[in-house]
Amino acid sequence: MDDSPRGSGWAAEIRDGDLVLVLSQDWTEASFNAAELEATQALLAQGTWKSIRFDSTGIGLWGSSLLAFLSSLRSVARLRHINFDESGLPAPARQLIQLIPADVPSLRTPQRHAGLIERAGESMLDAWAELLSTTTLLGQVLLHTTAAFRGRVRMRISDLVRCVTDAGVTALPVVALVNVLVGGILAFVGAIELRRFGADVYIANLVGVAEVREMAPIMTAIVMSGRTGSAYAAEIATMRGTEELDALRAIGIGVEDYLVLPRVIALSFMMPLLNLYAAAIGIFGGFCIAVVMLHISAQTFLEQVGNAVDITELMLGIVKSIVFGAWISIVGCRIGLRAGLSSSAVGHAATTASVAGIVGVIVLDAIFAVCANALNI
Amino acid sequence: MNAQPASPKIRVRNLTVGYGAEPVQKAVSFDVKAGSIFAIMGPSGTGKSTVLRAMIGLLRPSAGDICFDDVNYWSLSAAKREESGRRFGMLFQGGALWSSMSAAENVALPLQMFTKLTPASIDALVQVKLSLVGLDAGRDSMPSTLSGGMRQRVGLARALSLDPEILFLDEPSAGLDPISAKRFDDLICELRDGFGVTVVMVSHELSSLFGICDDGVFLDAKTKTAIGHGAPQALRDHCTDPTVHAFMTRTIPGAEAAPTPTPRATDGTR
Repeated sequence: MDDSPRGSGWAAEIRDGDLVLVLSQDWTEASFNAAELEATQALLAQGTWKSIRFDSTGIGLWGSSLLAFLSSLRSVARLRHINFDESGLPAPARQLIQLIPADVPSLRTPQRHAGLIERAGESMLDAWAELLSTTTLLGQVLLHTTAAFRGRVRMRISDLVRCVTDAGVTALPVVALVNVLVGGILAFVGAIELRRFGADVYIANLVGVAEVREMAPIMTAIVMSGRTGSAYAAEIATMRGTEELDALRAIGIGVEDYLVLPRVIALSFMMPLLNLYAAAIGIFGGFCIAVVMLHISAQTFLEQVGNAVDITELMLGIVKSIVFGAWISIVGCRIGLRAGLSSSAVGHAATTASVAGIVGVIVLDAIFAVCANALNI
Repeated sequence: MNAQPASPKIRVRNLTVGYGAEPVQKAVSFDVKAGSIFAIMGPSGTGKSTVLRAMIGLLRPSAGDICFDDVNYWSLSAAKREESGRRFGMLFQGGALWSSMSAAENVALPLQMFTKLTPASIDALVQVKLSLVGLDAGRDSMPSTLSGGMRQRVGLARALSLDPEILFLDEPSAGLDPISAKRFDDLICELRDGFGVTVVMVSHELSSLFGICDDGVFLDAKTKTAIGHGAPQALRDHCTDPTVHAFMTRTIPGAEAAPTPTPRATDGTR
């Protein structure tokens, strides 16, 4: 045959009614082309061959690309009941091709895609299950917190101290930075409006009330959700991936007691303290702007703040921050506990925990606002 | 070692490796012949893996040379090192699979990064490599759902993905049951015979060492250097060093009288 079919590294010949593939050149991985497989498969389909043979006297270096070529040919040959005669192949290739199962599926079965209603239903069921398990975790933590104070829970004080340090002292710089800026911004924005009415001095009231009631709890919660809630989720998710959680459970240490409880207690107790600190720093930020740039006397500012802020406002801020702390820590731990096992699942858990923490805090704050309004606080 | 007729595939001379100032191993020298299965042996914590890390370019040795085909690896520029590193395949302890990718994606990644092959071609090659290690059915499984032995196999398929010249294996049969370990050993032999790769393996599994390794070096924890050279079987039968002998015969050093030195010349040196 003059125009015998050929491809890179192979040419087809007919000898004694058999199809013979003459292999030549180097079969390197970089030169492999799966389209060649189709050409040879078509070739096998063309004639009524009894067997397919190989002539590999001219072959150069070869690797897995030759094996891919051969195993694909062998599957088609088997399908068409053509004898696959491998005696002409290099001996090592014959040995390796034995390792590959003959019925390698050439096509993967496509995955079935669920319909819209199916997916909507599934996600609703998932959401419901998630709500239930988060509520369960909340209940467990509440029950165990009271037990913890009577010393009946497997939780180490050293873990609690570490969590308290992480959620408390080490958070001070970033909480301070955020709140001093927020206080300053409030003073600026307030000054522009209040000056039009000649009520500059009420900047102090504005900054004081806003910081104590709203800004300090919210800003602190957002910072803590980003730095601590996501850290809880990532840490617990990593422990899940490395079977550390299973190791705890196996020796009878409840994950809820050992991991979740110290974190929830730490953050719920540290948040109100951070909140007080944040409010003071925020008012200081407003004070600096008011005194230095808006020329209000320091004494007036402090008197005004003292008049504006009463104990009810302070208590509202503190109650809020306790709830925010509990929410952020429980959500962070829960998301860590149900995370996947891969490294990307850890990142996903951290992101989800941070977002869920922030969104939840703002929703809770809205509920607080409505309640406070109804109670005339 | 006696002079080899052909130059060795890998030549290690006076290699000193360590973390910080304290060396883990010092003045280690050995040759690896092309197409051999070479064992780096020694008790746990002797620095076998550290030597391996220096050989694959993860840890710069504090002294000494590592030459591949007479090219001094660590004197190359970083880019050249990276390029020549593509001729290596490495199986880490426990597989070290990328956990967010399926088995097939793990094997495909090197091909996607370093070749210009079409997705269909990559798919066919990945299929072959997973079939070679006996895992063609589990190609879409995530690493977390695979057993230890299967992870090792995927790790091996990934190490083979660029058709390496040299295959480095770190504890390939650790954690496998005897049958799987034997199969894995046979597979390594078949791949060596089939593709002609040179295999360097770190191991302290005696059955693997005796079963497949044809050369090796024994590293000692106390003297922090190589105290024996040669095939594991030869070391077991002829090495006079009590540590090597105890290791190779699975006895506790000192619990048994030192073996009578055989008159034949041994490769064991001190």
